[in-house]
Amino acid sequence: MTHPDFLWRDPDPRPSYDVVIVGGGGHGLATAYYLARNHGLTNVAVLEKGWLAGGNMARNTTIIRSNYLWDESAAIYEHSLKLWEGLSAELDYDLQFSQRGVLNLAHSLGDVREGRRRVEANRLNGVDAEWLDADEVKKFCPLVNVSARARYPVLGATLQRRGGIAKHDHVAWALARRADAYGIDLVQGCEVTGFEISGGRVTAVRTSRGRIAAGTVALAAAGHTSVLAELAGFRLPLQSHPLQALVSELLEPVLDCVVMSNAVHVYVSQAHKGELVMGAGIDAYNSYGQRGGVHVIEAQMAAALELFPVFSRVRVLRTWAGIVDVSPDASPIIGRTPVENLFVNAGWGTGGFKATPGAGWVYADTIAHGRPHPLAEPFALDRFTTGALIDEHGAAAVAH
Amino acid sequence: MLLIPCPFCGPRDENEFRYGGQAGVACPERKTSDAEWAAYLFVRDNPKGWFRERWFHAHGCRTWFTVERHTLTQEIR
Ligand SMILES: Cc1cc2nc3c(=O)[nH]c(=O)nc-3n(C[C@H](O)[C@H](O)[C@H](O)COP(=O)(O)OP(=O)(O)OC[C@H]3O[C@@H](n4cnc5c(N)ncnc54)[C@H](O)[C@@H]3O)c2cc1C
Ligand SMILES: [Zn+2]
Repeated sequence: MTHPDFLWRDPDPRPSYDVVIVGGGGHGLATAYYLARNHGLTNVAVLEKGWLAGGNMARNTTIIRSNYLWDESAAIYEHSLKLWEGLSAELDYDLQFSQRGVLNLAHSLGDVREGRRRVEANRLNGVDAEWLDADEVKKFCPLVNVSARARYPVLGATLQRRGGIAKHDHVAWALARRADAYGIDLVQGCEVTGFEISGGRVTAVRTSRGRIAAGTVALAAAGHTSVLAELAGFRLPLQSHPLQALVSELLEPVLDCVVMSNAVHVYVSQAHKGELVMGAGIDAYNSYGQRGGVHVIEAQMAAALELFPVFSRVRVLRTWAGIVDVSPDASPIIGRTPVENLFVNAGWGTGGFKATPGAGWVYADTIAHGRPHPLAEPFALDRFTTGALIDEHGAAAVAH
Repeated sequence: MLLIPCPFCGPRDENEFRYGGQAGVACPERKTSDAEWAAYLFVRDNPKGWFRERWFHAHGCRTWFTVERHTLTQEIR
């Protein structure tokens, strides 16, 4: 047997590029791909300190949806979902994008009101959304325990049928292959350790593999953005937290939709291969250690068993954490920074996988034109000064 | 799980506590710019390294106190 061909080269960095993207996760790769595809920019490098897409891109629970409350969020996440719907064909790679439906359960009158309000808001924004009562939840997903005697009984749920999951590794590999084919250098094992800034403008990055001059530098470093911003001399309203997830042993197909609950705090889907994939809430403290407290996993499993008593004998195969960057309004920060030609895409927190193509699209456009893409404009850094926050705690915080 | 030294109760499990974020964030003077006010409200240090932070012993003596923790190794000193 021969080894299959690699999907991308493993080049050494060149001394200079038009655009240097810091971070080779999904967002960095999607940005590189759209820079080439939409704007003809190919003198581009993606610098990744570890191996390609080994950060949050490899650690997330792969849930995709666009049923966010506010107009600005609905617009950017729906843009992304529409891109997902054509992405396997466009990249000529099976992303195992599966629109199996996403349920967000309601367990209290407050949850019910929030859910119904979000359904109406989504419809006004052209996002598909339905409200299901408890019986309809049972019909849609027979495994869910809707007994009125549960500690936190299921009173109903929002359903987005176009939501679902995709295979995260495939997404990264497919984007990497295409970016590479355009001539973009994907440089692994290359950590950005500093910036050269003259006259308020970034001119180069310093890396573990030497100095690289850059016309434009674009951060796409998820949980590590604060560290990079500090090196560039500014602060961002971000806190980095561990976010944990786990998978079970392989099972026969039992769960054919995504079930999320903010109130009891778990989200569950079944991967194509058969594992149950479950995510938890963030660990309370900020941290860069890629493991969290076992009590968070315990609480998550208690919640899962409350919803799915049938899982009580399923074994956990492994748990892990990623470092996510949480912003004060649970919305991302995209656009300019205090340093000229240094752009930021961060703060996607616990829910940025679904945004991968959409974020890449608007970030590439922002970089190519040196001004925010219209969908990105509301997510500019200055909203924390103007007060025009996009408060998505209800629809975004920790739920995916 | 962290073992957090409460100054009154001694070392206790993390899940007895609530987290309070960065320690020593002072409220700015009344006459302050929008940018300074925004920084006070929304921006906190987020270092990869030693960090002074607040914890509240919610399930114990209900005291707020400050510890220094390393955000990569979780060592507390
Ligand atoms: C457990 C878990 C579950 C999640 N579940 C979901 C979900 O179901 N749905 C959803 O939409 N989102 C989810 N997310 C969030 C999602 O994974 C992130 O929001 C998203 O992946 C962030 O963008 P990214 O892919 O570019 O980040 P990453 O993949 O983390 O990419 C950032 C990269 O930057 C690199 N980097 C950092 N510093 C430097 C440096 N100095 N120099 C060079 N490179 C550097 C890192 O090594 C990393 O590879 C989850 C996250 C976690 C951790
Ligand atoms: Zn105490």
